[in-house]
Amino acid sequence: MSDLLWWVFASLAIGGGLGMVTRKNPIASLLFLVLTFFSLAALYVLLGAHFIAAIQVIVYAGAIMVLFLFVIMLLNLGHDYRPDVRGGAWIVAGFATAGLTGWLLTRVLTTEGAVVAQGGELEIAAAVREWNAVGAIALPLFRDYLVPFELTSVLLLVAIIGAVLLAKRRV
Amino acid sequence: MHDVGALSRTAFLIVSATMVVGVFTLIMVAVALFTLLERRLSAWIQDRLGPNRVGPQGILQPVADGLKNLLKEETYPAQASRIYFLLAPMLSITPALITFAVVPFAAPLPTPWGLVEMVIADLPIGILYILALTSLGVYGIVMAGWSSNNKYAFLGGLRASAQMVSYEVGLGLSLIPVFMLAGNVTLTQVVWTQQEELGLWLALPLGLAFFLFVISAFAETNRLPFDLAEAESELITGYHTEYSSMKFSMFFIAEYSNVLTASALMATLFLGGWDIPFWQGDDMRVVAPGVVQGALPAWWKTLLTLGVFAGKTVFFVFLFMWVRWTVPRFRYDQVMHLGWKVMLPTALAYITLVGTSMLVLDALDVPFGLRYGLFLTAVNLVAAIVFLWLLDRDRVIGGATYRRLPRTALRREPPLVTAGEGVVLPNDGT
Repeated sequence: MSDLLWWVFASLAIGGGLGMVTRKNPIASLLFLVLTFFSLAALYVLLGAHFIAAIQVIVYAGAIMVLFLFVIMLLNLGHDYRPDVRGGAWIVAGFATAGLTGWLLTRVLTTEGAVVAQGGELEIAAAVREWNAVGAIALPLFRDYLVPFELTSVLLLVAIIGAVLLAKRRV
Repeated sequence: MHDVGALSRTAFLIVSATMVVGVFTLIMVAVALFTLLERRLSAWIQDRLGPNRVGPQGILQPVADGLKNLLKEETYPAQASRIYFLLAPMLSITPALITFAVVPFAAPLPTPWGLVEMVIADLPIGILYILALTSLGVYGIVMAGWSSNNKYAFLGGLRASAQMVSYEVGLGLSLIPVFMLAGNVTLTQVVWTQQEELGLWLALPLGLAFFLFVISAFAETNRLPFDLAEAESELITGYHTEYSSMKFSMFFIAEYSNVLTASALMATLFLGGWDIPFWQGDDMRVVAPGVVQGALPAWWKTLLTLGVFAGKTVFFVFLFMWVRWTVPRFRYDQVMHLGWKVMLPTALAYITLVGTSMLVLDALDVPFGLRYGLFLTAVNLVAAIVFLWLLDRDRVIGGATYRRLPRTALRREPPLVTAGEGVVLPNDGT
């Protein structure tokens, strides 16, 4: 059952990604991306990482993409269908993508990658039982990775201040 | 600890399937009855009769409405994007119908085959699942507005998306004090905290969070006074202007089932869920499959708690309708102002306040129990008084005329109404 669901959502995620890059209509593109995000969340659930799945949907599918949709609709961008990438850039982009995909696939398909993935869900399940779904994320975040975590929040703060500076003419 | 016995795998599948079908049917029937309730209530509030011709007291009116909607002609606007136009009602109704899955609705039921938990899926992320699905609900509305190719529908969709994104922030932040007290995000744990650990419904120690949550829930469900997405006087009916027959109905079903879920959440998070007040006989929770901590489960306890839960939920549904037919609609800038400049800072300040109080209480070695809760209630009472004083009319949310006039000019103005007893003037200098 889990395997079947994995195949369903994995193909939906890849299909959504393909649809996102091939559609010319920005709204369609965006909805395909939402489909990808949602399928990724479903894959996280299959791994037992419920919290990550919920955050994936709340933050990416629910907040960021809605803002994108809002911007697209507000600026009425749905009518300009000229391609962004022109001329020889296609070939370079194609080779780079193919290379990256190939490298990723070899990493994933080699035994080393498979061994790392083995038993991961059991570890997650044990952590969730002990500290519950939120605690299992919060503990390492605030104990082992406190400095990177705080630095990330500073980065976000910088982004917010930058946005305010750009939006306001006189500060 | 009582070991009632766990369900076998087959029994679990059968029970789950039955529960899914049962709850789904109940929600649909409840939604149908809510449409009637809303119309009868509005009639009552406005001193009319309302629909009372189909069946006794109009009880069959929803059936007639449903049939009418099924049999009506479907229209498609000529310039609409067909796929998105069809997809929008589905995207709107699906999240609305599946959010109820994590809400526990009664005490666990002992059966000859094992113990049945009265919740469809007690996910470890509990309420985050509901937040996630609510945030997906926006797409249906936005797409309906955009794909109709109608400027009124489009404006409705834009308003709805901006409003829902804004109030999601307030909704999420108003829940954080609840999580801090309960120590977990699962709804079963929140119920257990209120029943046993704290012995106090969270509406008391976290009254302000409750208040913020109710306001955000009203905005999230697009109900009055926040129904700008379908403001009839300005936008015809907003995002579903171009929809007819059953597709129009689907938006309606989505709205009412959102109201139902929001009401069930208010009852669960702040009024003890299925807990019966002042009675310890129902204080139980499932710690492992088939193992119950606390009181002994019994079928009549399950029935009683189910009734209590339904009562609390219906009360909040009634509140939704009561407010709708009492309070006028906000202006759009007022909605945004309230969301970002009042709700957000208040929620943040409140989280800090509750966190500090909890730290102080822990430092004073107060055991987590009734005394802990009562102390928080006192803190909350002070915070609520300060908040409501700040939220006073014409201080934060005032009428347009009041805002334009300087405050000193207002003070010196003679009362606008002179006659009539008990008329409270909006600004009489107090």
